[in-house]
Amino acid sequence: MAELCTNSAEISLGQLFSAVLKRDLLLSFRRKSDLVNPLIFFLMVATLFPLGVSPEPTFLADVAPGVVWVAALLATLLSLDGIFRSDYDDGTLEQVILSPQPLMVVCLAKVMAHWMTTGLPLALMSPLLGVMLFLPMSAMFGLVVSLLIGTFVLSLIGAIGAGLTVGLKRGGVLISLLVLPLYIPVLIFGSGAVQAAVAGLPLAGYLALLGAMLALGIVLAPLAISAAVRISVTG
Amino acid sequence: MAGSNWLPRWFYQLASPRWCYDITGKLLPGFLIAAVLLLVAGLVWALAFAPPDYQQGNSFRIMYIHVPSAILAQSCYMLMAIAGAVGLIWKIKVADMVAFACAPIGASIAVMALATGAIWGKPTWGSWWVWDARLTSMLILLFLYMGVMALYAAMDNETTAAKAASVLSLVGLVNIPIIKYSVEWWNTLHQPATFTLTEKPAMPVEMWLPLLVMVLGFYCFFGVSLMLRLRNEIIRRERRSGWVRELITSR
Repeated sequence: MAELCTNSAEISLGQLFSAVLKRDLLLSFRRKSDLVNPLIFFLMVATLFPLGVSPEPTFLADVAPGVVWVAALLATLLSLDGIFRSDYDDGTLEQVILSPQPLMVVCLAKVMAHWMTTGLPLALMSPLLGVMLFLPMSAMFGLVVSLLIGTFVLSLIGAIGAGLTVGLKRGGVLISLLVLPLYIPVLIFGSGAVQAAVAGLPLAGYLALLGAMLALGIVLAPLAISAAVRISVTG
Repeated sequence: MAGSNWLPRWFYQLASPRWCYDITGKLLPGFLIAAVLLLVAGLVWALAFAPPDYQQGNSFRIMYIHVPSAILAQSCYMLMAIAGAVGLIWKIKVADMVAFACAPIGASIAVMALATGAIWGKPTWGSWWVWDARLTSMLILLFLYMGVMALYAAMDNETTAAKAASVLSLVGLVNIPIIKYSVEWWNTLHQPATFTLTEKPAMPVEMWLPLLVMVLGFYCFFGVSLMLRLRNEIIRRERRSGWVRELITSR
């Protein structure tokens, strides 16, 4: 926290952003299990479907876009609580709010770090799940790109829920209740993109919509996240 | 505020729990009578006198419950979000209470809209539910109401709960235009909007006039239930203040 604790307001926004990003990445790389757990969860959920529903390759290829997307969504959801939890518990969050730096930028950097440690590896690992579920090779590009954009939106929206529930002892189920309804549009367009890729249709429309959600999220979500964090910490 | 007299005095008074309790107490009988009259008249007119649909026969009559409840579920969400924003910005306690009172009413009306829609869908589309854009976005609306209610329930501190729920309902506000335009953006099974401000309805007068009466009746009913809940909430949260004690001892 050395970079942030300086009381001078002269640190630029870019420096602030990269300082928080670096710190959060460092912290999560020190706790490797938190880094790996969502990925294992992602893999396990995708394993449940062939075993629980049907191992038929044609059926699996049909449901693969949705299954991979739902698994990625759930993996993100489970990791959300960690965005603010440890900082809240040890009082860092309070110090950040008291510091003269804009909370919004700090929140955006934290979300970015969360995405880089969950969404990015999930997206990079998704072709493996695609192969497990007999997704055609032609759809892999759509899968990875839609997950790259989509998981960032999921992190942004999810951070609002994480901020709202960080002050609660039993935030676990509540955060899913708050965040899942807002995840539905991302899921629809994300898996829509993969389905279009499977069918050989152009992806541009779906990816543009996901990109629009991302643009809207980057602009507006930090406002809501910082308001949520402030409410939770001061309340 | 000295220079701006364009807002009436009672509007400012609504911000004080005590005055709000008095004003809603005066408005309540009027809204109750209007709601009963409009709903009874509208229902009798719609169910007995409106002409049957040339295609759907009499099954379309559920529209007279379905459309008003769908409209109201969205209006109620907007009111909840706006009241939440007012509470967040100006820290008005009554606004927080309005938002709190809106959530359960809105959730039950959304359930009613979805249920009547399902009952209507069975004879018309042949299935209770289709994953069409309008239905899905209405379902999301219900989930958002439930999320807001869960957040209220999880937080013990009323002020914090009100602020947190306001942020959540403001975020959820993005869903409202999606519901509204879902029938235009996606060419789906659900029919386009029944009422628009700019165009004449596609239905004949004798069909949409009772619907208008029902919509107004639903709004009045919403006013009644909101005021009842709000008054309860005012009494509950202000139970330590002098005027509430006086009110209770005078009964």
